[in-house]
Amino acid sequence: MLRAWMARLRGAAGFVLVIATFALAGCADKQNTLAPASKQEGKISTLWWIMMTGAWIGFAVVVGLLTLGWVHRKREGLPWGGGERAATAIVIVLGTAVPLVILSTLFVYSDIFVVRSTAAPIPGTTARSVAVAGRQWFWQVRYPGTKAVTANEIHIPVRTRINVIGTTDDVIHSFWVPRLNRKIDLIPGRQNRVLVAADRPGVYRGECAEFCGLQHAHMSMQVVAEPRAQFAAWLANMAKPARAPTSAEERRGQHVFLTKACAGCHTIRGTNAHGNIGPDLTHVASRSTLAALTIPNTRDYLLRWIHDPQQFKQGAKMPSLHLTDTELDEVVAYLESLK
Amino acid sequence: MTLDVRAPEHPRVERLEQVWEARPGLLGWLTTVDHKRIGLLYFFTTLAFFAAGGLEALLVRTQLARPNAHVLPPDVFNELFTTHGVTMIFLFVIPMTIGAFGNYLVPLMIGARDMAFPRMNALSYWLFLASGIFIYVGLFMGFGPDAGWFDYVPLALKHFSPGPNVDFYALGLILNGISSTIAAINFIVTIFKLRAPGMSLNRMPLFCFAMLAVSLALIFALPALTIDAVFLELSRKLSFQFFVPGHGGDPLLWQHLFWLFAHPEVYIIVLPAFGIATSIIPTFAKRRMIAFPLVALAELLVAFIGFGVWAHHMFATGLPTITLVFFAAATLMVVIPSTIQVFAWTLTVTAGRPEFRAPLLFIGGFIVFFVIGGLSGIMFAAIPFDQATTDTYFVVAHFHFIIFGAAVFPILGGMYYWFPKVTGRMYHEGLAKLSFWVSFVGTSLTFFPMHIVGLIGMPRRVYTYPSGLGFDSYNLIETIGAYVLAVGLVMVAANLLWSRFRGPFVGPDPFFGGTLEWTIPSPPPHYNFAVIPTVSSAYPNWDEQDRAVDARKLELGELTYESGHETPTSSVRDGALDEVAEMPSESPWPIVLALCAAVALTMVLLSHYAIAGIFVGLALLALAGWHTEEPEPVA
Repeated sequence: MLRAWMARLRGAAGFVLVIATFALAGCADKQNTLAPASKQEGKISTLWWIMMTGAWIGFAVVVGLLTLGWVHRKREGLPWGGGERAATAIVIVLGTAVPLVILSTLFVYSDIFVVRSTAAPIPGTTARSVAVAGRQWFWQVRYPGTKAVTANEIHIPVRTRINVIGTTDDVIHSFWVPRLNRKIDLIPGRQNRVLVAADRPGVYRGECAEFCGLQHAHMSMQVVAEPRAQFAAWLANMAKPARAPTSAEERRGQHVFLTKACAGCHTIRGTNAHGNIGPDLTHVASRSTLAALTIPNTRDYLLRWIHDPQQFKQGAKMPSLHLTDTELDEVVAYLESLK
Repeated sequence: MTLDVRAPEHPRVERLEQVWEARPGLLGWLTTVDHKRIGLLYFFTTLAFFAAGGLEALLVRTQLARPNAHVLPPDVFNELFTTHGVTMIFLFVIPMTIGAFGNYLVPLMIGARDMAFPRMNALSYWLFLASGIFIYVGLFMGFGPDAGWFDYVPLALKHFSPGPNVDFYALGLILNGISSTIAAINFIVTIFKLRAPGMSLNRMPLFCFAMLAVSLALIFALPALTIDAVFLELSRKLSFQFFVPGHGGDPLLWQHLFWLFAHPEVYIIVLPAFGIATSIIPTFAKRRMIAFPLVALAELLVAFIGFGVWAHHMFATGLPTITLVFFAAATLMVVIPSTIQVFAWTLTVTAGRPEFRAPLLFIGGFIVFFVIGGLSGIMFAAIPFDQATTDTYFVVAHFHFIIFGAAVFPILGGMYYWFPKVTGRMYHEGLAKLSFWVSFVGTSLTFFPMHIVGLIGMPRRVYTYPSGLGFDSYNLIETIGAYVLAVGLVMVAANLLWSRFRGPFVGPDPFFGGTLEWTIPSPPPHYNFAVIPTVSSAYPNWDEQDRAVDARKLELGELTYESGHETPTSSVRDGALDEVAEMPSESPWPIVLALCAAVALTMVLLSHYAIAGIFVGLALLALAGWHTEEPEPVA
């Protein structure tokens, strides 16, 4: 009976290990540092696997010694013979000599060599810059040299070195796209840079990594790596002013947007809306999410968001504007047209 | 080993009882200067804060059990995780190890009758209590600190945190810092000057080495935090611009000063725990520590090198790579004294004949957890890996293995170990072992999955997380683990509480420990030692001849010092007898002074600077009263 239970327990332990390995290596890996999609992150994850292996060995040595102590608890002295002198010698060897060698090796490997690939890119080695500014609680994204401004969605050409220039307009944030590279803090008064490149096309999720207040948890963004031609088309569209409303409903929506409080906080290029509190909405309909990846950008969610933003993101700077149902429908129709 | 819990009956002992008698009742506790009473005050106060901090952790874990949960609103969550951190570090672990264990045990271990400055000792307790009440009043009024225990600016500046929340934090920590500084000075002088004759530095218990290292570290680390908090309050209250770029300030100034304090602080948290481990291991392994001098040296080295590593908390701030490399190298250096200690503890167990009673089990758990937390700590010296995982749950996992696994486990082991000394009674061994296993499983379940969830991308300090990123099941396991851990801790408390009243009497030395506290009755009399012991090794209680000689001295009246309220001092290095120090008796001034200081800071919080000034004046008057009072003449 007991033996059967033990066997079942061992089976369960093995199962847990397998699950853990899977989770580390793949499955839900939108934001997984160990599912690298760039050379830089590849080197970091290799560094991890090497250190993890070393750590388990070190752990096994100590636990092994403790276990020996338990097995050998009835007799004085070391299990393999020897007393105080032998034990002191082991302390000196395992406690100083061995770690000195291992730690020096780790130092040279990680802090002299690997560190180069995560350092800020040398000017002139990148194809283009993207300026990312942290805001409570979204990301403003600009493409220097163009008029393009967007939010929370950073498109980049695949297999291209991009120089991300990080700044903040309020408190400290940290720009972090785990599958692509290290994180970099965005600090008032400073411009910090980090290299972002993706080996494969895809959508790579990122999140603010420095506590930045009430809605730190809802400050995500995504990097969309796409073929160059597709990226060029996207950027050309982003740089354009907003398209003019075509239907009567859209026109009424634009009127609501410009006459109610919306324009005080948001910019829609090509109109009189020049606010700079919330994200630029010139091409809002081309984005896949709202409120820094808090909710999907569908008609229904957009409507509910404008009706009462606080239900999704308590403390966000956008208040409920108490629009009538018609006004709400019109504004949504207008925003939906801003591809 | 005798079962006699009373002191030997002798006219000299009666005289000592008379001279050292404590004032009865509540007033006695409020004015006490007895290190044991102050130690107990610290113990129960920090336990209350531990319970509060634990409750906060359970609430936080309950909110995080499921994705997109609404158990707590984000503002409450932020207050709770901030207060949890502040409580556990400033109001639990440090005052528990230094204030409770250190106060109670250091004089007993070095053969002294009290701390060097008994009234300062009382002052440090009352200031600590005031700082704790101060911070918790804020929380209960709905103004708990909410910018994280690290309290980064500009988030903590008035513009982004307009409420008084951060003021409760900053002013509370100034008060707390004064308390710790006073305590640290007291420990250094006590350890250097009040050791029993013959206790040269190389024969001093490793626990006292740890306390010495911690006290030195505290004195040098705390000014950085205090200055930082003063800068913050000047910025918040009077619009100073220390942290504002464009006005010559820099937000990174806060971080440098904060971590210049807070990294040594990590060693301040674990070193006394190391000291507890080096007390428990020899007793139950029934042999002296392996590599005793190396361990002593390592304890001091950890405290020293700990000052050169602070910027590894700032690897993602964009500091130049050359700076990072320096701090990474220092971070790797601090590993060496830790590995020395790990192998010294482990091999002492391996080479001895260990008896795995509850205290040693907790130390075994401590070693396992410290090794896990230490190994993940080494990884942060690999700069690119640090830059990838800093501010994720991987860090939360790492430092909870250190602070919970490597600091709280020895504290729990130490509670069991010295319980018979403090109460004269024995705890329930079976329940104690069970409480260990429950706590061990709970700790592992709570904190180990945090490594994984951090690696797969979960940042710290988020009040919720979306589903679909692979975080869900790990977070659920962590929350279940937290409740299991809570059950384990309640079992420890229940065991000790029950045993306090129902446990069997076990005499002065149930475990045959090596250090001096086991040579005296349990609970120890007010004067601690009827005869100041003479020491000739690091484990004096194992030197039966020396102890027999001490016993005879009572008859001869040598080293008994029963004529006055006094204790002998000794030379710093060799522990040779020096002069006799007159010890002050009970005094109301420490609590009065602490009260004035606390009211003054409260008035600063309320921006009533004139009234604050009045209370600073009253505090100075109290200080004057303190210094004019003569020690009571002994009849």
